[in-house]
Formats: sequence, C-alpha cells, structure tokens
Amino acid sequence: MELILEVESLGYSYGKEPVFENVSFSLRRGEVMCILGPNGSGKSTLIKCIAGIFKPAAGSVRIMGEDTASLGAGNIARRIGYVPQQNEVVFPFTVLDFVVMGRTPHISIFASPGAKDMEIARESLAMVGIADLADRALGSLSGGQRQMALIARALAQQPALLLLDEPTAHLDFGNQVLVLEAVQKLASSGISIVMNTHMPDHAFLVGSRAAALCDRKLLAVDEVAAVVNSEMMSSVYGVNVAVREIKDINRKVCVAMLERFNPHRN
Amino acid sequence: MPDRRHYGTTAMYLLPFVLLIVSLFVGRYQVSVSLVIDDIMRTITSLFFGTAAPASIQHTVLFSVRMPRILAALLVGSALSTAGVSFQGVFRNPLVSPYILGVGSGAGFGACLGILLYDNHLVIQLLAFIFGLLAMFAAISMGKASKGTGTLVFVLSGIIVSSIFTALISLAKYVADPYDELPEIVFWLMGSLSSIRYSDLIWIIAPMFIGTLVLLLLRWRINILSLGDEEARSLGVNVDKMRLMIIISATLVTSAAVSVSGVIGWVGLVVPHISRMIVGPNYNRLLPMSMVCGASFMLVVDDLARTVAATEIPLGIITSLVGAPVFAYLIKRGRMGWN
Repeated sequence: MELILEVESLGYSYGKEPVFENVSFSLRRGEVMCILGPNGSGKSTLIKCIAGIFKPAAGSVRIMGEDTASLGAGNIARRIGYVPQQNEVVFPFTVLDFVVMGRTPHISIFASPGAKDMEIARESLAMVGIADLADRALGSLSGGQRQMALIARALAQQPALLLLDEPTAHLDFGNQVLVLEAVQKLASSGISIVMNTHMPDHAFLVGSRAAALCDRKLLAVDEVAAVVNSEMMSSVYGVNVAVREIKDINRKVCVAMLERFNPHRN
Repeated sequence: MPDRRHYGTTAMYLLPFVLLIVSLFVGRYQVSVSLVIDDIMRTITSLFFGTAAPASIQHTVLFSVRMPRILAALLVGSALSTAGVSFQGVFRNPLVSPYILGVGSGAGFGACLGILLYDNHLVIQLLAFIFGLLAMFAAISMGKASKGTGTLVFVLSGIIVSSIFTALISLAKYVADPYDELPEIVFWLMGSLSSIRYSDLIWIIAPMFIGTLVLLLLRWRINILSLGDEEARSLGVNVDKMRLMIIISATLVTSAAVSVSGVIGWVGLVVPHISRMIVGPNYNRLLPMSMVCGASFMLVVDDLARTVAATEIPLGIITSLVGAPVFAYLIKRGRMGWN
C-alpha cells in the first residue's frame, strides 16, 4: 500500500532543551498510528511538527512523498488535517460556519466559501454523525459533539492524513468510544491517522500500529501487540500494567494494576 | 425565520441612506421638503445643462454646511466600527477597540503639535494622521522585537506606546496658551465634526477606501485568525502576514477617521457588538454590518451633537453617554454574542 507519511530522524527543541530526538516512523494509507507516552513526553509537540505548526530542529517529514519543509503552508493543509487537543473559540460561530473553515487551504485569499465548500462541510459533519447540529452554536455543544465538530473541520480540508491530539481527553466513556468509532470509520475510508492517546487500550481498539514516546525518544514503533505489552507499558508509565487476552470478546486489553497501596494484599 | 432575518438585514443596509436624507432636515435652520426637492432638481439641472446653480441660504445650509458633515459622520462611524470589529477578531478579544495599538493617543499628539506649531486646519489633520500611523508602527515593531509571540505582545506594546503619547499630550497641554490653544486641544481631543468641509473629506477618502477594501476582501480570513495562531497555521494561513495586513488596514482607516473627527471613543467597541447581535459572529456578514451600523450610529450621534443644546456638544461625550449604557445593557442581557 501507498506510503502516506514518512517521518525521518525528526527532532525538536525548546531553546537548548531537546523535546524529542531521532523520531522515525512511516504510515501507509488507511493505517492508524497510536502514539503513547507519559505527560510531557512531547507527543503534542511531535504532532505539531508533523502538522507544520512547529518547525522541526532536525530531520524531515514527508507527506505523500513530498518534504513538508518545501511544501508551503497551504499545500500542507490540503494534505494534513490537524485536530487540536482543545480549542477555545472566542466568538460563537455556528457549527457549519466553523467546519467550513476547514476549506481555508482550498479557497483563495480574498474569497469566502462557496456553495460547494458548504456542501463539503455538510458532508464532513455527516461523516462524523453530527449533521443535525449544523446550525447550532459551537458553544452550546457537549464535549463529545465539539470534538466531532473539530474532526469534521479537519475532514473538510480533505486531507490524506489526519492528526489527532488526544481526541478522547476530557470525554466521558461513551463519547470516547464514539470518537474511536469515528477514527475507525475514517481509517477504513482510506484516511491515514496519527493519534496521541493516554489510553494504551485505545491502540488495541483502533490502532494498526503503535509507538511509545518516552524520555525524549521513540522507544518502540511496531504492530500494536509488539508495543502495548506489559513490560513496555510498565516501563513507559512507571506503573504496573497488565495485558490480557479476553477470549469471549476476542481482543487484548491493557489494564493498570494498583500495587503499592492495595489494601487486600497480605 | 431565515427570511425574516434576511429582510431585517437588508433594511439595516438601507438605514444610512435614510438617515442621510433625514439628517439634512435636522438642525436649527428649518427647511421645507418641497423647497429642498426643488433645490435638488435645480442643482442637478445646473450640473447637466450649465444653468445657474441655486444660491439660496437653504442651499448653502443643506449642501455646504450639513452635507459634508453628514458624509463625514457616515465615513468616520463606518471606519471606526470596521476597524474595531477587525481588531476584535485579530486579537481574539471582543473588548478591543480601534485604539488598541495607541492610534488614538498618537493621532491626538499629532493634532496637538499641529495646533501648537502651525494652527492650520489641514496641517493638524495631516499630523494627526501621520502620528496615528507612527504609533501603530512603533507598537508593531516593539511587538516584533520582543521575544514573545502572538497577540499579547502587541497589546502590551500598544499600552506602552499609548502611555508615551498620552504623556506627550499632557506636555502639549501644559505648554499651550491657556486662552487660545488649550481650548482647541481639549475640544479636538473630545471629538467634533462641526468644522468639516468637503476639502477635509477629499483626502481621507483614499486611505479609508483602501483600508476598508482590504478588510472587506480579507473578512472571511478574520474568522480563521480568531481561532488562534496554531489552528490558523494548521489551516494553511500565513498568520503573521495576514495579521499584519489586517492591523495596518484597520489602523489606516482609524487614523484617517481620527484626523478629521478627533478621538471618538466607544463607537468602535459598541457597534461591533450590536452588529454581532444582528448577524452573528461570521465576519462575512459581520464586517459589512458593522460598517452600516457604525455609519448610522455616528450620524445619529452627530445629529444629537448639533441639535440637543444651543452650543455644539463634543461627539466623544455623547458616544460615551450613549455607548456605555448600551454596553451595560448588552452585558446584562448576556447577549454579547461571544460567550
């Protein structure tokens, strides 16, 4: 299958302090890469480097074979959709007005979105299942709906690659599952996805591949099962983690175990 | 529902023209409608056929005294509101006014200099305009030189520039002749359109037209900038360049307006909020609506300024007296259109 994203020895630093170094991985069409790692390990920064928001200190990012360093912001935005972890929208745009902003890289600088752009925005809303919310104010949406609106805006860019920065953070259990279902659906429609997550178990649910970012470097990039195992996860997060196969639902799960203060232990 | 809203919006666009005609008849000197129509007809024929233009007192009052003033009010109101609404989007803050980058105090100091040194109508305007732009460039270059990023450094630079020029204005007042120059400075700083002539309007039309045109063309992109730098960048927008273009355009129209009217507060702050209540936050509709609302608001205020009392009331006083309660009402209603 076609290579969509190639990240090669990527590095980024704030001032002199490196955030991460020597990160390399690649992604094919329709694959989902879950990036795991503790707080402050640089997952968000990595995503922003790939999105072209931050300029990497070293290495390169190639999207569909072309180096993002020489592509220009508009060309990057037509290929890569970025969904921020949280966004603060100052003015109460309607959901449709907000989603159609994803058309920006396709619209010339002095123009505003036309009927076709509106249609694409509506299709994007339908793809994440919130077509009925088009005329609502963004601020009146629940956390889950808002996340879907953000994803819809990125879809309106019609990207080959979608970058999701912890899309399930701040969401309740049900909404987390809805977001994961959307991720799965988008991947099966041919969009490649890189997604940061705090839940290793999410990699089993939607990931085709997984990476563990820890101590400024990529500890592992591989099939999900090879990365999300008890040794790797325990060392990445510094707590006891167990990975078990549950027969009747036919999948592996990743769960944490509390040890230090377990009152039932003798 | 969308239809009714559509009619209401269209009606708003006609409002400045209706107010223009009404305002011609407002004032101490009473004029009758039939005579005015006759006057207008004769003026038009004089233009086309070279016959003698009407030279009545009425004609002078309408077209040499009231008309330039009405046009100035429309232009200034539209300029301040357009600049205000643009700055609010770029700075992602609905409490921002057109004077955020120190343009008001810069222009104020320019006018003071003009009054002190030359006492020439046109020179005062020109210096006000130049110093308004100068204040903006000082604020922008200070913001760019600082290590911080984003809009906050611009706001802080604006405060610094503003306070320097405010101090210089105080200095100008201190050294001014208390019987002659000081009242003129004070009056100028409170804002007035009472001495406007056509010749004053001609030269501000170009900067206002250019600035407004750029803002109108870029208006949809202001939506994107209001999302914040990172998101705008991820959507392929060159944030720094776009922001600079909008700031310069908005400053251009503000400086032009201030140079003929003096510093008029509240218009650029309140009108965008009223407009947001009418058409919502999308700059596609919000920016044109702010233009017409601002023009209409300013014209009504100026009509009040020249009719309410026996003497002329400075505009800044009325805009504050009207604007502040309107703003308080909007806050109470909780319908600021941004939370």
